[in-house]
Amino acid sequence: MRYLIYLTIGILFGFVMTKSEAISWFRIQEMFRFESFHMYGIIGTAVFVGAIGVAVARRFGIHAYDGSDLRLKPKDFSIPRYLYGGIIFGLGWAITGACPGPMFTLLGQGIWAIGVVILSSVFGTFVYGAVRDELPH
Amino acid sequence: MHEIISQPWHWSVSGLAIAAVMFLLLYAGKEFGVSSNLRTMCTIAGAGKRYDFFDIDWRAQTWNLLFIAGAVIGGFLAFYFFPSPHPVQLSSQTVDYLQAVGIAAPGPAGTPWSYVPVELFAVDRIFTLRGFLVLVVGGFLIGFGTRWAGGCTSGHAISGLANLQLPSLLAVIGFFIGGLVMSWLVLPLILQF
Repeated sequence: MRYLIYLTIGILFGFVMTKSEAISWFRIQEMFRFESFHMYGIIGTAVFVGAIGVAVARRFGIHAYDGSDLRLKPKDFSIPRYLYGGIIFGLGWAITGACPGPMFTLLGQGIWAIGVVILSSVFGTFVYGAVRDELPH
Repeated sequence: MHEIISQPWHWSVSGLAIAAVMFLLLYAGKEFGVSSNLRTMCTIAGAGKRYDFFDIDWRAQTWNLLFIAGAVIGGFLAFYFFPSPHPVQLSSQTVDYLQAVGIAAPGPAGTPWSYVPVELFAVDRIFTLRGFLVLVVGGFLIGFGTRWAGGCTSGHAISGLANLQLPSLLAVIGFFIGGLVMSWLVLPLILQF
């Protein structure tokens, strides 16, 4: 029963991804070509509002519904994993026009070819897991 | 009301709504990070028997699988029950560029081709060389890169930056280096196939 809340938040997310047009391959090309403010406005607003919210939550000691700490763990700093991993992700994001959230939202719109992207991304994660000891982190 | 919701939303409304999704997940005791599900799917498929990286208790990730199941349903509802009255209003410069490389402007409202190009996403394109490069290689790069970087757009560009994490800023810089190289240099070549 408790799990229904995560399904509900996910439905809201898929709805927002569609209405924001962040699911659009066209919008992603436009963003990387710097020909519209649209995607920068979306991400910028989310980060700005998010940063204020996180700061307020810290200042007033806001906890999750069950009294636990909010999951805002600091990430360990290193350069290669974020930079190299990020570049590879960016190549994939720009060619498919979809990041992991929108991939699933597009599936709900009956764009079956995106299923190939999803399966292939699961395989990519599998290969990462297989070779990760050889990669700089 | 239905009419207002069906319109494409202004970027500020969309950005606020994404921040709301992030805070709802935090309040529900979880975190906003979609790509973790790809690892969970490997674990469910049995990858934990061969590689320690996948040897995790996937049941602890059930909430996140439900979240992406919701993302599918939310896309379905928005598309079929609150259809946008017009296709993506792309900048005219982008439309001109895409036409020059053989991709038509966004298709009619109410069709999937108002969001993604038919030239790349029609089912019969999967088996062409171009379809293979875009869908199969593209998907692979997403899955490999996001796990190496420890997150995707949701985990790094939204929640990581909102939490002022330097590693996330570095990851986002990486996303843009890769994205710029792909869209300016590689994609125009691929579209010639």
